[in-house]
Amino acid sequence: MDTRAAIVVEIPRLRRYARVLLGDATAADDLVQDCLERALGRVHLFHAGTNLRAWLFTIMHNLHVNARVRASRSPEIPVDPAALGGETEPVQGSGLLLRDLDRALAQLPDDQRAALLLVGLEGLSYRETADVLGVPVGTVMSRLARGRERLRRLIDGGSRQALRQVK
Amino acid sequence: MNERYYIGDMELNAYLDGELETSGRTEVEAWLAGRPEDAARLAAWRRQKEALASLAADVLDEPVPPRLAGVTARGGRSRGRPWLRVAAALVLLVAGGAAGWFGRAALPGAAADGGFVERAIGAHVVYSPERRHPVEVWADKEEKHLVTWLSRRLGHPVRPPPLAEAGFRLVGGRLVADDGGPAALYMYEDANRRRITLYVRRARGDGRTAFRFAEHAGTAMFYWIEGPLAYAIVGRMPRNDLLGLARVVYRGLGGP
Repeated sequence: MDTRAAIVVEIPRLRRYARVLLGDATAADDLVQDCLERALGRVHLFHAGTNLRAWLFTIMHNLHVNARVRASRSPEIPVDPAALGGETEPVQGSGLLLRDLDRALAQLPDDQRAALLLVGLEGLSYRETADVLGVPVGTVMSRLARGRERLRRLIDGGSRQALRQVK
Repeated sequence: MNERYYIGDMELNAYLDGELETSGRTEVEAWLAGRPEDAARLAAWRRQKEALASLAADVLDEPVPPRLAGVTARGGRSRGRPWLRVAAALVLLVAGGAAGWFGRAALPGAAADGGFVERAIGAHVVYSPERRHPVEVWADKEEKHLVTWLSRRLGHPVRPPPLAEAGFRLVGGRLVADDGGPAALYMYEDANRRRITLYVRRARGDGRTAFRFAEHAGTAMFYWIEGPLAYAIVGRMPRNDLLGLARVVYRGLGGP
């Protein structure tokens, strides 16, 4: 398949990853759009036969990091992640754990969240994740370990709190 | 226990992610056998990983927004490659399994434009789960105003038919932006708080069509054209249930 057509096939996965990473549909599609423009502008740099998905994720990750650096220079309106959600009814039994997980993820440092999502959501290997993030494999491993443990504590604490609220 | 090694969280995670060789796996398993606390944490991480894998799964089924499909169709920074638009549409059709795109092809071009299915389903998906602001104008307070307002904007009477016989009551409605013009969105709800929406816009010219069906990611839609208006009834329900409702709506609108 032509590389451009193959990129089109990846769009839904890019959108999903960006949606979970940023927690905001519009910002996520903005990031995907930038990523697609960048990728198509450099499609001649892609080596056929290598992992297209990992290549696209690398581009998206770099754009995301750059955007974060820019954003850190401009004042930001703080949004309490715990205050988000609740505006819409859950469409179908998206159980307690999923909602908790969403909120807990938002509280992780960006680096840990990206490592968790590349491995857990996208199923990339440690090596591929390291390449996407531009860090050594050992760094990926420590981010994963810290991120997962932190998530576990957040979710444990969070669901106990939610249970109290229900009662 | 007299292991000569220590297994830390990084190794436990590598075990979870299938990144260890056989010897490493054996060591981890021996380690866990004597440490229920580590085993419990590992189990929690595993559940977490499984839940993570299902996050935002619905995004995979969403139609690709036009602005993104447009990028690939343009071939990056607005370099014209019209053939790619066709390729992109074809791939989306295959990759997404998106019935919306079939629906798009099924509408005769003269009767309504291509994005009708997408926009009617989109409006339903966006507004029907709203808890506080599902509608702009509530029927229980201002139904008359609602109907007058939307009819005026569409330049033709657009009355929401009563669906009480089907168990649905009118919640209210709102004006939505269609492609270059206004559309009316009426929302109904039944006793189980299931919501359906009736989406109405001007058709391109007068016409009359049979019911057509489209579906996307669990949201179903029947649509038709009658006179100067194009109608769509949209809901998350089985095709036959929705067809029954579409018939009630059609009759209620003054059809035969």
